[in-house]
Amino acid sequence: MSKVVAELKYSAEHEWVAVAGDGPVGIGISAVAADALGDIVYVDLPEVGSTVTAGETCGEVESTKSVSDLYSPVTGEVTEINDAVVTDPALINNDPYGAGWLFKVAATEEGPLMSAEEYAATNGGEL
Amino acid sequence: MSENYTALYEQHKKAGASFTDFGGWQMPLKYESELAEHHAVRKSAGLFDLSHMGEIWVSGPDAAAFLDYALVGKLSAVAVGKAKYSLICNADGGIIDDLISYRRPSPEDGVDKYLVVPNAGNAQVVAAALLERAAGFDVVVEDASAETSLIAVQGPNAEAILLALVPTEQHALVTDLKYYAAVEVSINGQDRLLARTGYTGEDGFEIYLPNVDAAGLWEALLEVGEGHGLIPAGLAARDSLRLEAGMPLYGNELSRHGNAYAAGLGPVVSLAKESDFIGREALTAIKAAGVGSTLGQKLVGLKGIGRRAARAHYSVLKDGSLIGEVTSGQPSPTLGYPIALAYVDVEHSEPGTIVEVDLRGKAEPFEVVALPFYKRQK
Repeated sequence: MSKVVAELKYSAEHEWVAVAGDGPVGIGISAVAADALGDIVYVDLPEVGSTVTAGETCGEVESTKSVSDLYSPVTGEVTEINDAVVTDPALINNDPYGAGWLFKVAATEEGPLMSAEEYAATNGGEL
Repeated sequence: MSENYTALYEQHKKAGASFTDFGGWQMPLKYESELAEHHAVRKSAGLFDLSHMGEIWVSGPDAAAFLDYALVGKLSAVAVGKAKYSLICNADGGIIDDLISYRRPSPEDGVDKYLVVPNAGNAQVVAAALLERAAGFDVVVEDASAETSLIAVQGPNAEAILLALVPTEQHALVTDLKYYAAVEVSINGQDRLLARTGYTGEDGFEIYLPNVDAAGLWEALLEVGEGHGLIPAGLAARDSLRLEAGMPLYGNELSRHGNAYAAGLGPVVSLAKESDFIGREALTAIKAAGVGSTLGQKLVGLKGIGRRAARAHYSVLKDGSLIGEVTSGQPSPTLGYPIALAYVDVEHSEPGTIVEVDLRGKAEPFEVVALPFYKRQK
């Protein structure tokens, strides 16, 4: 069963959010989503300096089988994107909570987010 | 829709497969990574459970004449031991299914025998259509789909893997077997119908056998295949492999609303055969009207110029006007760029033409290219 990491928060659209003090929050997609998509071969991320809005699309993740919009779980300015996943999207499948992170946002507002327990319970993940 | 399970369901579960419904069957979509499975078939070998496919035996003194009438091809011209790709059409030329027919040795003088293999989702419809069309012919149509399994080994190492389960004195039967031919060979100690056919664009084999023996052969193949890079491969890999090879999939490229000429399958229709066949009148008119060449739409290959892939049902545009629709599409694992099959208006079907595909609101350029996208080095 797909792993869910306890320390993170999750959106209904399967993005995870890592809050680190007052700094920008890290964002990626959950293992549940990565496993459902299959082997990811293309990722389109928002640009650094652009503003993303919680609950709105800000990019897309494409696998051999399907394509899925990327929704920002928070509102704020994008401070950094993970160039490594753009070059090697398989990182998202291999390490969705680590090397496969997607982008960071100086968040001014969070969308509705779930705890790991809530997310795992609704989406069949394993804590 | 009913839920059918193949005789290999437990093997798939044990191997960690995720399942998908396909033609009313629970089939392995992938085991670990559909990309790894795809690459294995291109570089070494993949093992497929195709037991959802239909198997219909047609035998009798009129078997050849009957299939000439029921299908669009000239099956009577197929030599014993060979196979032929064909279509079964409605009277209006619409495609009921695409299928492969294997001509088997005569069981007795004056009797011909064929194995007809339709797609999973169409097996019952095809069996019913054949039975209906058999009226007036001295022929027996027997649907053996429920008790027959089909296992495929596909990829450059397929022959070496298979030979490991075939007695030395029969090796030549396998190594001499031509593409689109079949032979009875002892595999893992039992006589099996072995065909050199596939749906991947690689060399490969398909083995027909009773359900009760399927698990034993599956495991034996995995064991001898281990040193040859053989891994089980699911329907996701099968779909990406057939798309690279430019092969149509019933339900995507082929349907009752389409026809052989628009699908680029005109040569499959034998208007030259003397006998009548179902669909002849309509197909003659469709061809004469120039459908697929000067009229209507034509199935073409599209190559993505950007990195985003076109998917089934996306609109194809030229200068902003709708000119067609994508039927299958995805990033090509082997080629590294997006590929797609699409029906487009014939005036935009010439290779080299640049068209656009509406990728969820943004038009992206694609080039019309000749098929197949991928051809193996021989």
